[in-house]
Amino acid sequence: MMKYANFPGCSANTTGKSFTISTNYVAKKIGCEFVDIPDWNCCGTSAAALTSPELAVALPARSLAIAEQKLPGLDVVAACAGCYKSLRTSLVYARKSAENLEQVRELIDMPYEATTDVISLLEAFSAPEAREAIAAKVVKKLRCLKVACYYGCAMVRPVEVCDFDDPEDPQSMDELMALIGAEPVDWAFKTECCGAAQQMAVPKEARPMIERIFQNAWANGADCIVTSCPLCMLNLDMREAEINKARIAAGKEPFDIPCYYFTELIGLAFGGQASELGIDIHFHPAEQLLQKRAQDAIELEKAEAAARAEEERRQAELAERIARKKAEKAAKEAAAAKEGADVGKEDAR
Amino acid sequence: MSRIGVFLCYCGSNIAGTVDVEAVAEMARTLPGVVYVETNKYTCSDPGQEGVKNAIIEKGIDRVVVGPCSPRMHEPTWRKLLADTPVNPYMLEVANLREQCSWVHKDKAIATEKAKDLVKMAVAKVARLSPLHSTEIPVHKKALVIGGGIAGMQTALDIADAGFKVTIVERETSLGGKMVMLDKTFPTMDCSACICTPKMSEVGNHPNITVKSYSEVESVSGYIGNFEVTIREKAKYIDYTKCTGCGACETKCPSKVINEFEQGMSKRTAIYKMFPQAVPSKPVIDAEHCRMLQEGKCGVCAKVCPTGAINYQDEDKLTTETYGAIVFATGYKLIDWKPLYPEYGGGKYPDVITGLQFERLVNASGPTEGHILRPSDNKEPKSVVIIKCVGSRDPNKGKAYCSRACCMYSAKHAHQYLDKVPDGRCYVFYMDVRTPGKGYDEFYMNTVHDGAQYLRGRVSKIYKEGDKLICKGEDTLTSQQVTVAADMVVLETAMVPADGIDELAAKFTVGRDADGWLVEAHAKLRPVETNTAGIYLAGTAQGPKDIPDSVCQAGAAASKVIGLLNKDKLESNPQISRVNEALCQGDGACANICPYGAISIVEKQFRENSRKVTRPVAQVNPGLCQGCGACTVTCRAGAMDLMGYTNESIMREVDALCQW
Amino acid sequence: MPVVENNANAIPEDWEPKIIAFCCHWCTYTGADLAGLNRMNYPANVRVLRIPCSGRMNPQYVIEALNKGCDGVLVCGCHPGDCHYVTGNYYARRRMMIFKRLLEYEGLEPGRFQVKWISGAEAGKFRDTVMKAVEDVRALGPINLTREIPYFELPAMPDDDEEAFNAVPEEVFPEEVNA
Repeated sequence: MMKYANFPGCSANTTGKSFTISTNYVAKKIGCEFVDIPDWNCCGTSAAALTSPELAVALPARSLAIAEQKLPGLDVVAACAGCYKSLRTSLVYARKSAENLEQVRELIDMPYEATTDVISLLEAFSAPEAREAIAAKVVKKLRCLKVACYYGCAMVRPVEVCDFDDPEDPQSMDELMALIGAEPVDWAFKTECCGAAQQMAVPKEARPMIERIFQNAWANGADCIVTSCPLCMLNLDMREAEINKARIAAGKEPFDIPCYYFTELIGLAFGGQASELGIDIHFHPAEQLLQKRAQDAIELEKAEAAARAEEERRQAELAERIARKKAEKAAKEAAAAKEGADVGKEDAR
Repeated sequence: MSRIGVFLCYCGSNIAGTVDVEAVAEMARTLPGVVYVETNKYTCSDPGQEGVKNAIIEKGIDRVVVGPCSPRMHEPTWRKLLADTPVNPYMLEVANLREQCSWVHKDKAIATEKAKDLVKMAVAKVARLSPLHSTEIPVHKKALVIGGGIAGMQTALDIADAGFKVTIVERETSLGGKMVMLDKTFPTMDCSACICTPKMSEVGNHPNITVKSYSEVESVSGYIGNFEVTIREKAKYIDYTKCTGCGACETKCPSKVINEFEQGMSKRTAIYKMFPQAVPSKPVIDAEHCRMLQEGKCGVCAKVCPTGAINYQDEDKLTTETYGAIVFATGYKLIDWKPLYPEYGGGKYPDVITGLQFERLVNASGPTEGHILRPSDNKEPKSVVIIKCVGSRDPNKGKAYCSRACCMYSAKHAHQYLDKVPDGRCYVFYMDVRTPGKGYDEFYMNTVHDGAQYLRGRVSKIYKEGDKLICKGEDTLTSQQVTVAADMVVLETAMVPADGIDELAAKFTVGRDADGWLVEAHAKLRPVETNTAGIYLAGTAQGPKDIPDSVCQAGAAASKVIGLLNKDKLESNPQISRVNEALCQGDGACANICPYGAISIVEKQFRENSRKVTRPVAQVNPGLCQGCGACTVTCRAGAMDLMGYTNESIMREVDALCQW
Repeated sequence: MPVVENNANAIPEDWEPKIIAFCCHWCTYTGADLAGLNRMNYPANVRVLRIPCSGRMNPQYVIEALNKGCDGVLVCGCHPGDCHYVTGNYYARRRMMIFKRLLEYEGLEPGRFQVKWISGAEAGKFRDTVMKAVEDVRALGPINLTREIPYFELPAMPDDDEEAFNAVPEEVFPEEVNA
C-alpha cells in the first residue's frame, strides 16, 4: 500500500498544474494515495534563507509538524524539487542534534519530533513497489522517444541533504523512462542549474544557463527534456521561444525540444490522452513530437515483426536442413555398421 | 644487604645555591642500605669521577645513587664510569637535584626538603635494581632494498659502492620504476630515460648488487642486523640462464594485452619485456594472458626461441636470506581519480588523461612515437586544458596534502605541448603555483612566457559536446566563470602510496600515516629511519616528492645503512621486557600490544610438579624490544616486567616519596 | 561506602599537599628539565617519578600512592600521536581514562588524579599543570581514605633465572652469522 502525505507547494495548482494532473493520473492507476497536509504553508524556498536562516528552518518545519500530528506514519512527498530541498534541509537540521530540534520547536511553537521523512515524488515513484506497478500498467511503450532526463540542481544536491541518487549522474528518472520504453540519452547537464532564481533579476546572465541545457540535450541527440521540477519546467518550457528568437537573430538554428514532466510520459505509456495529462497546456508545442514518435514506433514494430518472421523462417529452414543431414548421417552409419558386421561375421567364419 | 653509595653534587652553586646539600647528605646517611655518602663540588669533573671510582672500590659499594643534574644530561656518563668499576652500570639511579629541584624553587628550606625526598626515592629504587648486561647482536653485512625505482637504485648503488652486498627486490619485470616512464625531467629537460637507464644497467652489472625482478617479499622475521627475509620470485616461465633477450618470442606471440607501461594506450604481447631498455633485459610470460598457460594451446614462443629458454612448467621460487638492514623504496602510484571525480567524466571520456599518460604520449618511444595525438581519434589536439591538484589538496574528494611535484611537471607538460604543437593553446587551471627549488620558478615563468594560459581556479565540470571537451571553471583572479572547449584534458593527479604497501609495512611493523605513507622516526631529525631499528626509507614511500629529493633521501638512507653495516656487532639495550615464565599464560595480550612485534608466543617445555609440561609462553626478542613497557601493564597475570623500571622498584619509589 | 570521603572543610593550617607526577622520559620529563633550564618557578609539592613511557604506567602505582597517603597523582606523557614508542600513549590514554572513571566512581575527587599530555618543548605547560594540580588538590584538602583501595599485588620477578635471561638463546642468534 503506497500512501503518502503530500506537500503540494505553490506550483501545484498554478504553474505546475500539468504536473499535478499527470501525477494524480499515474497515482490513481498504480494505486498510490496522496493525502494533502492540512493547512500546509510555503516552504520558504530560497527567499526565506536569504531573509533569515531561522525562517528557512521554521517554515518547512511547521508543515512537517502538522504532517507528523495529523498524518502519523506517512512519509511526506514533495513533487517540486525546491520544496523537497527546503523540507529536507529543515528536517536534516532538526535531526542533527537535540538542541537544534529544541530550537525548531520553539520557533514553530508546536510539538515536533522530526520523525516524518521527506522524499521527492521521483523517489516515491522509484520505490520497488511503485516501479513494479508502473511496469505492470504500461500499455503503450514510448519507443523511439529519446529523452534527456533533467533532474535540476535541487533534487540530488547538496548531498548532505538530498542523497537519494548520485549527485553527478543520477539514474532514477532514466530508469523510470527506460521502464516505459523510452530511450534515455547520456548527457552532461542532468543536474545543472537552470538559473530559475536569477531569470528575473539578471536575465542577461541567466538566459544562457537555459540555452546551454537545451544545447547539450540537442548535441546528445535528445528529442525532448523530461523534468521532475515545476520550476525547471516552467523555466525551460516558457523561455524556449524567447531563446529561439534570439538564436534566429544570431543566425543559429532554433531548438525544437519539448519538455515534459516524467509523470506525463508515464501517464502516456499507461494509455492516457495528452489532454488528460495536461500535455496540451505546455508553452512549447508538445503533442506533435509524441505523435511522430508513436508513428515511428509503429513503423519500427512493423519492421521488427518482419525481421522476426524472416528470422523464424530461417530458423525453420536451418532446423529442416539439420534434420535432413542427421537422417543422412544416420543412414550412412547404419549402412557402415551393417557392412562392419558382415565383415566381422566373415572374420568369425 | 645492599651496599649503596650516594654521591651528591653542589654543581658549583647551581644546586648548592638553593639546596643545603650537606643536610641532604646527613639525611642520606640514615637511609637503609646506604654505606657511604659523599658530596662534591663538581661530581662530573675528572677529579669528581675519580673520587666516585675510588670510593666504590674502597667501600665495597655495589649500587650507586648520584644526585646531580638531570639524568637526561649525564646518565650515560655515570654508566660509563661504572663500567670501569665492579659495579654493574645499571645499578645506578640519578636524583635530579638541579633541573627539577634547585632551579625551579627559590626557598632553600623547601628545596632542601624536596632534594631529600628525591634522594630517598633514588635510594629506594636502586636497592631493588638488579644487574643487567647488554648482549652483542651480530650484524649481517648485507642490505635489502625493496623497490627498484630511482630511489631504490640510488640507495643500492651507494651501499654497493661502499663495499656491501645489496639485493634489490622489484615486483615489476624491470628496474626503473616510475622515472623510466617519464619523458623529460624538470627543470633541466633531460631525457628521463637517458639518465635513468644508465643507472639501471649500472645496478644490473654491479658486482655487489643482486637484482630480483618480478619478485616480492613473502615474509620477514628478525631484527636489526638480522632480518630473515623470504622472497617470492614469481614464475617467469623463462630460463634466464638460457635466454639471450633476442626478442624473437615477442614478435611472434599472438596474445595482445593492454600495455601497463604505456598507461593502457597501446598493446603488448603476453610474453613481454616491459620496455626495450628493461633491466634485466629478458622477457617474462604473463601467465594470465598466455594461451599456452591458459588453454594449453599455442606454444609459439617455445618454437621460435633459439635457445630453448621457454619453460611452461616454471613455478614461483622462494628463497630466504638474512640481511642486516632493509630500505623501503616502494614508491607511489597515481590516485585512481575516476570514482572520485564523476564531474570530470569519471573515465567516460578517453581524451581526459592523466599526467603519466601524457608523459607516454610525448615520449619518442611511446605509443604515438612522441606525437601528441589524443587517444580517441589520434588527432592532434589544438587546445589542451591541464588541471592541477586533482585529488591533491582536496580533502573532500581526495587527499588533503600537496603532491609536491605536480606544479613543476604540469609546467613541463604545458611547455612540451606548446613546443610540439606551436599553433596549440594551453590552459592550466591551478590553485597555487608552488615552485620552491633550484631553477624551478624560472622554469615555470618560461612556460608562462611560452604562452601557457594560467587560470587560477578549479574546473567544476568537464562534458562532451561534439568532439570537444567543455571545461567549465572559474578564474578567481577576475571572478569570472570560464568555459574552455578543449580537445584534450590532462589531469595532474595526486600521488598515493603504491599498492600493497599496507601489507608489506605490517610485515615489517613499519608505521604508516593516515594517508598510508610510511612514517619516519622523526619528521625533522630522523627523516630516513623508521621506528623499527634497521629499517630505512627512501623516496616517495615516505611521502610525495620529486626526483632530486628522492635521490637525496636515497643517499641519506644509504649512508645510514653503511653506518650500520660497518659495525661488526651492536650492543643491545638491556632495559627491556622480561617474562616470568612461571606466571605466563601464553594468551598473547603482550604480543598484540607490542608496537615492534618483539614478543612472540612459543611452545616451551617445563618441569612442573616433577612432570614435563609443554605450554605456550611469551618470548621477548631482545633485538626488537625497545623497552617501552606497554606489555607489562597489559599482562593480566603480571608476568611481564620491564628491567630497569621494574614494578617492584617503582612501587618502592612511590613508598619512599609518600613518607615525606 | 565510598573509598574516599571529602573533608575539604577541615583542612589543617600547616598542611601542604603531596603530589606524585609520573612522567614519561621522552616528553614530559624533558619538558620538566626545560622548565628548570628556563628557571621557571613552580611549587615544590610535586615530586617527579620517571617512567620510560606513559604506556608503562600501571594503575596500581596510583593506588599505591593514594593508599600510602599521597594527596594527588599526575600522569603525564607525550601528546597522542607523538609517542616515542609509536603507540604507548594511546594505550595509556585509554587505560588512564577508564581507571580515572573507576576511581571517581569509588568516590575520588576528579582533581586528585589528572592525566596530561606535555611535550618536551612545553616547559610552560608543565609549570602550569603542576601549579594547577597543586591548587586543585589544595582546595580538596588532605586525602581521606575510609579504607585501603584494594589491589592485586604485582608479583616480583624471580632473581634466579637472571643468568638464563641474559644469556643469548641459541635460536635467536645463530652462530655462523657472517659466514
